[in-house]
Amino acid sequence: MIELANVEKIYKNGDAETRVLKNISFKVNDGDFVAIMGPSGSGKSTLMHIIGALDRPTSGSYVLDGRDVSKLSDDELALVRRDRLGFIFQAFNLLPRATVLRNVSLPLVYAEVPAEERDRRAGDALRAAGLPEDRWNHLSNQLSGGQMQRVAIARALVNNPAIILADEPTGNLDTKTGELVLHTFQRLNQEQKRTIILITHEPYVAEHADRIISVRDGEIVEDKHNGNKRVVNDHSHAAI
Amino acid sequence: MLLSDLLHETYSAVAVNKARSGLTILGIVIGIASVVALTAIGQGVQATIQSSIQGIGSNLLIVTPGAPRGVGQEVSAGRGNAQTLKLDDAAAIGQLDGIKAVASEVTRSYQITAKGTNTNTRVDGTVPEYLTVRNVEVAEGSFIDEGQVTSLAKVAVIGPTTRDDLFGVGSTDAIGSVLRINKIEFKIIGVTKAKGGSGFSNQDDVVFIPITTAQRFLSGNVYVNTVSVSVADASGMTAAQQAVTQLLLDRHHIGDPLLADFSVMNQSDIVAAATSVTSTFTILLASIAGISLLVGGIGIMNMMLTNVTERTREIGLRKAIGAERKDISRQFLAEAVMLTFLGGGIGVALGWLIAWATTKFASIAAQVTLPSVALAFGVSAGIGILFGWYPARQASSLNPIEALRYE
Repeated sequence: MIELANVEKIYKNGDAETRVLKNISFKVNDGDFVAIMGPSGSGKSTLMHIIGALDRPTSGSYVLDGRDVSKLSDDELALVRRDRLGFIFQAFNLLPRATVLRNVSLPLVYAEVPAEERDRRAGDALRAAGLPEDRWNHLSNQLSGGQMQRVAIARALVNNPAIILADEPTGNLDTKTGELVLHTFQRLNQEQKRTIILITHEPYVAEHADRIISVRDGEIVEDKHNGNKRVVNDHSHAAI
Repeated sequence: MLLSDLLHETYSAVAVNKARSGLTILGIVIGIASVVALTAIGQGVQATIQSSIQGIGSNLLIVTPGAPRGVGQEVSAGRGNAQTLKLDDAAAIGQLDGIKAVASEVTRSYQITAKGTNTNTRVDGTVPEYLTVRNVEVAEGSFIDEGQVTSLAKVAVIGPTTRDDLFGVGSTDAIGSVLRINKIEFKIIGVTKAKGGSGFSNQDDVVFIPITTAQRFLSGNVYVNTVSVSVADASGMTAAQQAVTQLLLDRHHIGDPLLADFSVMNQSDIVAAATSVTSTFTILLASIAGISLLVGGIGIMNMMLTNVTERTREIGLRKAIGAERKDISRQFLAEAVMLTFLGGGIGVALGWLIAWATTKFASIAAQVTLPSVALAFGVSAGIGILFGWYPARQASSLNPIEALRYE
């Protein structure tokens, strides 16, 4: 569970101050599937960085699973990311010359999990993300975009995180592949009760979540339950 | 990060860009190889010089006449020219405690002829003790004996080079032949074993005759050029040197040691002087090599900085999924150290090869010593850490957000 209270973020550039986030407060319960939506410049990326423990708020508190992480040092934040969070990026950010298995197990490498257990857990995560087993020993730059994003999803799952943060996960994919990725999120949310926060500027993408938080000019302008949730039909995994 | 993972990451990073890694390593290879090879050559030269000085004899004191002085003791001619030492002096030195053997010499160069050939070489009038004092061994026949010295016998023992010059290389019929020095005939009774050239003088190009014969028939006086004194014990060298000096001062009735008409040289002084020259020479070579090592190190730093820039996004990702600063800095440091270690290993091998080739083709017995190899390796690892530290710090202090956005 995460809880943000009166979070502000101010960037100082000489004398000029930019208030990127103003008085943000909301709560996400375990098992929620939330979309944070807003146009570029709305502050949603900054918000994601704070939720993702990549950055600290200027003021306000951010409690992750009962622990206030808003005042932690860089290395303490790294440990929070390693143990409690999973990231999925628009540009996938896989290590190009490493195998799929190596990419997925990389968070466990930093957690100093022994190699055998790493491979087992990476396999579980890859199965959950729906990447066929015959791709596991391929180099990641030999995969298609959809397959790469599945590897990234598996990498985000492998440390069994409290929250999975997906930053424009469909931005680099065609519509059909993007839908398959969104379906994977829905399935993980329903079958494994994963907490997922999806950051996007597209209302269409946001509508796949249960709840949509709209951000504009650094403020939450709307926080609603998504009554018209788009449900993606269960395509076969082999389509990717 | 576990050590095995660190090595895995490091290996794959180095292997990805083989050409660039190879060229960077080359800089270190050249640096380390030149350190190893040049110190080996320097130490080889040092050992060669030392052994040729030791080859003159062990625990040796050399007494030579001083410079002749005029009446007012103001004008001084060349040292060693004075005629002040006699056989009696040598005999008296032999009576001192701690002296093993004493050999006097009368030395001069002459034109020597034999059976239609001739050569110009050093004729050394000496005594049987010369063998002991100067580490000379006889290959064929015998050396001058006591009786021949007493009887002023006209016999000669020749060095192998002189034999080669007069009778042909490796000739075996030299013994029994006759050679002429200053038109006086000498019968050859022995040939000495080769000692090898020392660079300054060829100890194998010599004719030995009894000292008394040399004094009577060649120099025509009772003086000697050199008295070589072999001291029984290396630790007694200084004491023996003082005793010999005092004895000769007394015998020559000289009160002030500064006015001595002879000089006593200690072999270890000569060795020490030669060693200090060659050490300086070795240090000079090593510092030139050190400069190339430094340049190699800067090459490493340059490559690592390029690496950090190129892999900014990767660093951002690693940080985003939980790498701490120390994980990132260790990874880049390990890369730099691996490069220098590879370079160090190849460099030591190459340096060894150069030293070996020098020994083989340039007749300098280059010595690759364990300390120089260990030093070279230590230095290469040190360079890796030194020049890898800054790029590693740059990498580890990247902001993950900025790094992920980097294009």
